[in-house]
Amino acid sequence: MTSLLEVSGVSVSFDGFRAINNLSFHIGSAEMRAIIGPNGAGKTTFMDIVTGKTKPDEGRVIWGERSLSLLGLSEARIAREGVGRKFQKPTVFEDQSVQENLLMALRNRRGPFSVLFYKTRPDHLARVVELAEEIGLSDQLQRTSGELSHGQKQWLEIGMLLAQEPRLLLVDEPAAGMTPAEREHTTNILVEAAKTRAVVVVEHDMEFVRRLGCKVTVLHEGAVLAEGSLDHVTANKEVIDVYLGR
Amino acid sequence: MQRAYQGRNRSTVIFLVLLAVFTLTVTVLSEGVGNGMISTSFVKTLGKTLCLALVAISMDLVWGYAGILSLGHFAFFGLGGYMVGMWLMYERTREIVATSLADAPIPPTAQEVSDAVANQIFGVVGSAEFPLIWAFADSLAAQLLLVVLVPGVLAGVFGWLAFRSRVAGVYLSILTQAMTLALSLYLFQNDNGLRGNNGLSGLQNIPGLADVPQALVSVWFFWGAAFALGAGYLLAVWVVSGKFGSVLRGIRDDEARVRFLGYPVETYKLVLFTGTACLAGIAGALYYPQAGIINPAELAPIASIYLAVWVAIGGRGRLYGAVIGAGLVSLVSSWFTGGQAPDVPLGFYTIKWVDWWLVVLGLSFVMVTLFAPKGIGGLFDLLERRIAPDRHGADLGPDQGALREKEASE
Amino acid sequence: MKYLYVAVLALALTSTFVRAQEAPTQMILQEQAPLIMENSRRTVAPAIAAVSDSGLPQAQDVLQAWQAKNLWQRSADGLFFRATKTEQNDYALYDFDSGEIVGTALSSDLEQIKPNSGIRALIGSALVRFQLQDPDPKRRRAALTSVQRNPGEDLLAPLRESLAAEPDPEILALKQRAERLLTMAYDADEDRRIAAVSQMAGDLGVDVRATLNPMLSTRQAVFAGPPPEALNIAETLVPGETIETSEAYDILVAADLAPPRVTAAQIRNALAQHIEGGTVGGVPVHRLDDPDMRLQAYAALAELGDVPPAPGPVQIAQTLAAHSFVEVYVEPSTRVTDAASEALDTIALTVGANQAVDLILDGLSLTSIYFLAAIGLAITFGVMGVINMAHGEFIMMGAYTGYVVQQIVPNHTASILLAIPLAFAVTFAAGVLMERLVIRWLYNRPLETLLATFGVSIALQQLAKNIFGTQARPLTSPEWLDGAWAINDVVAISYIRIAIFVLAGFFLCVYLFIMRRTRLGLETRAVTQNPRMAASMGINLNKVNMLTFGLGSGIAGVAGVAIGLFAKVTSELGSDYIVQSFMTVVVGGVGNIWGTLAGAAMIGFLQKGIEWFNPSNTLAAQTFMIVFIIMFIQFRPRGIIALKGRAAGD
Repeated sequence: MTSLLEVSGVSVSFDGFRAINNLSFHIGSAEMRAIIGPNGAGKTTFMDIVTGKTKPDEGRVIWGERSLSLLGLSEARIAREGVGRKFQKPTVFEDQSVQENLLMALRNRRGPFSVLFYKTRPDHLARVVELAEEIGLSDQLQRTSGELSHGQKQWLEIGMLLAQEPRLLLVDEPAAGMTPAEREHTTNILVEAAKTRAVVVVEHDMEFVRRLGCKVTVLHEGAVLAEGSLDHVTANKEVIDVYLGR
Repeated sequence: MQRAYQGRNRSTVIFLVLLAVFTLTVTVLSEGVGNGMISTSFVKTLGKTLCLALVAISMDLVWGYAGILSLGHFAFFGLGGYMVGMWLMYERTREIVATSLADAPIPPTAQEVSDAVANQIFGVVGSAEFPLIWAFADSLAAQLLLVVLVPGVLAGVFGWLAFRSRVAGVYLSILTQAMTLALSLYLFQNDNGLRGNNGLSGLQNIPGLADVPQALVSVWFFWGAAFALGAGYLLAVWVVSGKFGSVLRGIRDDEARVRFLGYPVETYKLVLFTGTACLAGIAGALYYPQAGIINPAELAPIASIYLAVWVAIGGRGRLYGAVIGAGLVSLVSSWFTGGQAPDVPLGFYTIKWVDWWLVVLGLSFVMVTLFAPKGIGGLFDLLERRIAPDRHGADLGPDQGALREKEASE
Repeated sequence: MKYLYVAVLALALTSTFVRAQEAPTQMILQEQAPLIMENSRRTVAPAIAAVSDSGLPQAQDVLQAWQAKNLWQRSADGLFFRATKTEQNDYALYDFDSGEIVGTALSSDLEQIKPNSGIRALIGSALVRFQLQDPDPKRRRAALTSVQRNPGEDLLAPLRESLAAEPDPEILALKQRAERLLTMAYDADEDRRIAAVSQMAGDLGVDVRATLNPMLSTRQAVFAGPPPEALNIAETLVPGETIETSEAYDILVAADLAPPRVTAAQIRNALAQHIEGGTVGGVPVHRLDDPDMRLQAYAALAELGDVPPAPGPVQIAQTLAAHSFVEVYVEPSTRVTDAASEALDTIALTVGANQAVDLILDGLSLTSIYFLAAIGLAITFGVMGVINMAHGEFIMMGAYTGYVVQQIVPNHTASILLAIPLAFAVTFAAGVLMERLVIRWLYNRPLETLLATFGVSIALQQLAKNIFGTQARPLTSPEWLDGAWAINDVVAISYIRIAIFVLAGFFLCVYLFIMRRTRLGLETRAVTQNPRMAASMGINLNKVNMLTFGLGSGIAGVAGVAIGLFAKVTSELGSDYIVQSFMTVVVGGVGNIWGTLAGAAMIGFLQKGIEWFNPSNTLAAQTFMIVFIIMFIQFRPRGIIALKGRAAGD
């Protein structure tokens, strides 16, 4: 299986503090991966590097079949290449309706002029309705998204992520603040998504990770501590030390 | 979205009808073609106000919709005025010079005409030669093109530099203000080829229309301004109502999120900044022939801040708000500072509005910012019983230009 | 005939009235009487010399009387007296030798000697000798000053003479310097001049350059063929290269070596005068809007002899080629001009180095002004992140406070010392008031803060106009701050700028002390880094924000007093500084006082540097400076000293 994303030897430091230390990571084109690790392990910074928000001091980030280097590309360009990101705190455009949010996220041409002359096409609207159904917001399409509940915003954001049709989903703590039923639903969506694309989930909740049933990467002090099935890594002595010994 | 879209549509229709009625009324009452109840100078004031409303729309697009508080759009407005002013002044002077030289026993050479025109125009700054920047001044078409091109290119270059290095929020405001200051200082220099602090004058005399009375010319310009405002309004509605508007408002509230959706935020900002600068240039090109004179003081940084004040008082993020703000504040300001407002005797002190209007304006502006961020436009929401939701003090996004809690609507 | 007359007169005088031993002055005057009475600038010199070289104590009196037109000759016996008009409308006659009144006479019996200005100047320079040796040091200094102001060849000898007897070492030094300069310019001996030139070569004094420059003055000359060898040629001019062709031709015309050119205007006028039946020189009038046709018509007229011929370009080129143009030194000696230009080069180098020092001092003083204006902003904007457009108006309030204090306390020193804390108090109060009423509602909303404080700014500005009027008010600095510290003729810095520099340094220390050593500074830093965390640790956010903002505003007020001392106090004082102040903070890097200092230094030096290239145009300097800053921010968006990493935020 070829890698979709290959991160190798990446380091980054802030004011002398090494947030990521010679990190290497790769994921295939249809794979689910969970990243766990204690606070400050570099999970968020890792995602910042992949999405182009943070520029690493050294290392390589290689993407896709054409082995494109993501370093030096803008966030928007990386997103267009097919990297979608969901933030820890739900971030949707609160001034705009659910439909507008989804339409904006819908995979389409992103240039200002093609957007300026864009006409809402029926198949696009149909896709929006379909997505809304999937995230349980069918009857909320015309509501201003600022009025949605916290959980609904989480859903909307996941919906926007799916609308982007990314090849790699980076999901930061998707289950935070959700009811067990909602978690179930989220798990299903993610597992479904991982059939056709790569999904990286950053999560604290071991129960949630277990339910995803995927390979796990443990980060510690900016480097990979262990990798393997959840049972394999939880049996690792170092991992136990890191999680429990602190 | 459907509801919002209809709402916008309705306000657009109402606006255009009101504009048409207003134009018709002024025409009927004007000296030039109507019964003369409105003096020519007031027709000019109204025409100028329409131009100010147009530049306010362009300001609302950048600030109200995209959250970029530009303190340079009035400079673009002035540049548009300068560009059209160059042709007006050149052509008008050339007519006068040609008339006076026609009496000479020997017909003048092209060089003699050009020298005489240059002497007329630049004598005041001690020069008698045409600077390079007047190369196209003899062509109306070229100068009209420059009305759009000069502000556009300046905004484009500045915007490209600023947005590329991710300058945003107040830093961008300060930077645009610095740009405006640099431009006005440059224009104040006598050797810049634009007559320094004398500026360009006599612009109300339209070449070729020497026999047409000002009363009529003023009405023509009024129509022109009204048409430009209507067209500009429609253009702005079109820009903000579709997906482009969605992206703009996204950029205003949370530009990082828009970026992660794959939109090249910087390019959007650049396109909008440049486009609105062009629009401002057009507004200026219509304004200054009515004002008759343009000088560098018009472009001073404070003018651009006033522009932001108009939009804020009218209510940002709604196009009719910008029009109302610009129209109302500029008309009321000229009424108060023009000495028409009656003094208020307090016994121990008499309030002269000429002296105190700016104090009142400044303080009322603080009040609007603090207590009524929706501005006058908020009154319409009250009429429609749209109330701001209680968001426990949270703004609509993390960015500095994001809508505030009180600006949100159900 | 003349000689006979003199001889007879002399005989008569010696025998009858005057004996040389008793009246030596009168004797000399009688000897020189014909020259004196001739009263001509060309011939009078020996008479003046005879008097001044006589060695008599009265010589100075005579010369002064002569110069002041108080020298009279009695018609009856030809004797000279100093005469003054009495109340009886006749004249009292003073004898020079005795100094006493020897009689009176009516003006009809007297003849006044009325030297013209040329003669008076000659007498004046003869008098200098006496003044230079005057017992009163003040008069000696005055004489020396006049020598320095109007140097001349004839002053060299008296100046040298006076050196030996000069008792005052200070004046002696001045005299020696003046002597060197006069030697450079006027000594008859070439070697002495060159020696003097090389001796003064390293000197920065303006007077040295003022002496050297005329020695190198040139005039343009033109010769048919090559220039004569004997000339001291400064430069050979090549038309079209080192001299404009038109200019070269004008020289030829001025020297009557070529016919004058005919200008376009002259052609037009000539053509207009020769219109005959709708044509001029065979060209129809309506076609004369073409310059070529005009030339053709003119040439036709010239052929007829109606107008002088216009030299064509070919003719002009030929004439120019046939002549050589040179810049010739007025000074004939090549060695002297060489030495002088070499000395000037040396001096120019030294002057350049000193100007660089002066530029640095200028830049430093501008830096401290910008720093002072921006340091309050470094607190409110840099540390707190509050963008206060009324900051400039706080500066203005400080300046007006100083003005008001000076109206009440007349003593300038006391009033300034009182004004500084008072200005701080006033603007501190204003800042706290504004923070409480406006800004605290708008934390996290910098754009709204910008606009709201702008509203405050225009209100305050108009208020100041209403109270103090639109004309500038003076804020006078104490006397001990007047004047400048002049290191040499090139480098000087006014005391007021030194005071501002010291003040800026003082406030830098105050800032560092408050931020790093006090509770308020600690709490301020805590609040700005994480307000919620700070609040949960028991820090009173309201109080800290209020005090910090007040502190920043208060410093702005003090800056206002300082700025008011050298700038005019108007209601627009603040708005002149506001953009630059923000630039200073932004360029330097927000949140770091050293950054603000670096920003102020960059802007100050940049502006002075650009002004140096184009001193006449400060507007251009400001324009270019702002453009440069805009470019700079593109490349270092976070400023010179940037906070890095996650702490900087996005």
